[in-house]
Order: sequence, then structure tokens, then C-alpha cells
Amino acid sequence: MTVTIVFLGPLQDIAGEASLEVAAPLDWAGLLDKVDPEVAEQLRDDRVNVACSGRVLSDKHSLRAVDGDEVALLPPVSGG
Amino acid sequence: MRDIRLLDASFNPGALIGPFTHANPGLGGVCTFVGEVRPEDDVEMLELSHYAPLTFPGMEDLADQAFSRFDLMGLLMIHRTGLMHPGEPIVCVSAAARHRRGAIDAVDFCMDHLKSAAWFWKREKRSDGWHWIEPRGADFLDRARWDK
Repeated sequence: MTVTIVFLGPLQDIAGEASLEVAAPLDWAGLLDKVDPEVAEQLRDDRVNVACSGRVLSDKHSLRAVDGDEVALLPPVSGG
Repeated sequence: MRDIRLLDASFNPGALIGPFTHANPGLGGVCTFVGEVRPEDDVEMLELSHYAPLTFPGMEDLADQAFSRFDLMGLLMIHRTGLMHPGEPIVCVSAAARHRRGAIDAVDFCMDHLKSAAWFWKREKRSDGWHWIEPRGADFLDRARWDK
């Protein structure tokens, strides 16, 4: 009964790891509680998105991850 | 002809354009943009990371948007991930259309979105270590032009 939290880009440096397994289910408050306080602070930034099971949440506060879900923390992007 | 790829190794954009052009018989014009790692400051390397569940599907979605928005015959969109050195290609977008405006605008549209609205994270290695790069204000303004 686990949820995998995946840290992308600069959040990976702050977290000090690429991913973290936590107990399912996981909601927004649980996510903020489980990650490093510095990551939690970044998560409150509107520019940081959250995806659950490969879908970007239109409202990250509505996160409801269940057993087997992967929750990706997506900081501002930069490509090209 | 539609060819969307995410590559983790170096590629030669020049070798892709000929076959792409030939795969779109009857076209009126082809427009190609190639982005490379800029050899500036003390940048030794650039690294692009991605998130597989989102990045490639996002590129496919961007291609869908380009096809519905412009009068296109073909679209080639190649984006690198991983480590790159100055002078190496990062991205190549080529569009084939009956008329030049469709091809030019489609490439411009795709590049503006790849720069600041695709699931990539970029960092540079300089003499003092790695630095994460965020899009410049101009990159966001460039993309916002297409929202009108």
C-alpha cells in the first residue's frame, strides 16, 4: 500500500533523492507532511505542478493518490 | 508525415531533413529550426531531464495542436534529453506545408511551447558547478503570443 513521490528538476536536488515511497493513500496535506520542509515550501508556489498517475492535476490541492500511484512534483520547466 | 521523437543520444539534424522533405511530396515549403547548446560563458555541459509519463505525450499533444492550427503536411519534432556539450543540437523542428506561412508559423509555435511549456528541466555545468535554468521572461512572452 504505497505511493511513490517523484522529484523532478531542481526539486530532486532539494529533496536529495529522486523518489520516495510513502504509505497510501496520500492527499495534499499528507504530501506536504511527508516531503522535506524546503520541498513543501516550493510546492506551495503556484508555478509548481503536481501529476498523479501521469496526469497533471488542474488543482493540486485535490490530490488523492491511492496504492500504486506515482505522484510527480513538477517545478517550472525549461526546454529547447 | 509526422515524426516526433525524444532522443537520449546525439543526433544529426541535417541527416533528417532530406528524408522528411521527400516524405511530403507536393509541399510548397519546408521550414526548419535547430537549437544548439550555446558555447558561451564557461558552460561545460548542459543536461536536460524529463519525466517519461508526461514529456513524450506532451510533445505528441503539441504536434496535434500544430496540425489543427496550421495548414501542415508534415511535422518533424526531435528533442534531446541527457548530457550535451556546447555546439551539440538540442532540438530540431521542421514543418512542411503547401504555403510558407503555415510552415514558418508551425515551427515558431512548436519552439515557443518547447522552450517554456514542455516537460523538460535544464541545467548547465559551469566551473563552479551545476545551475538550474529557468525560461527568461521573453520566453514566456513568446509563448503567450499564441494565446491570443
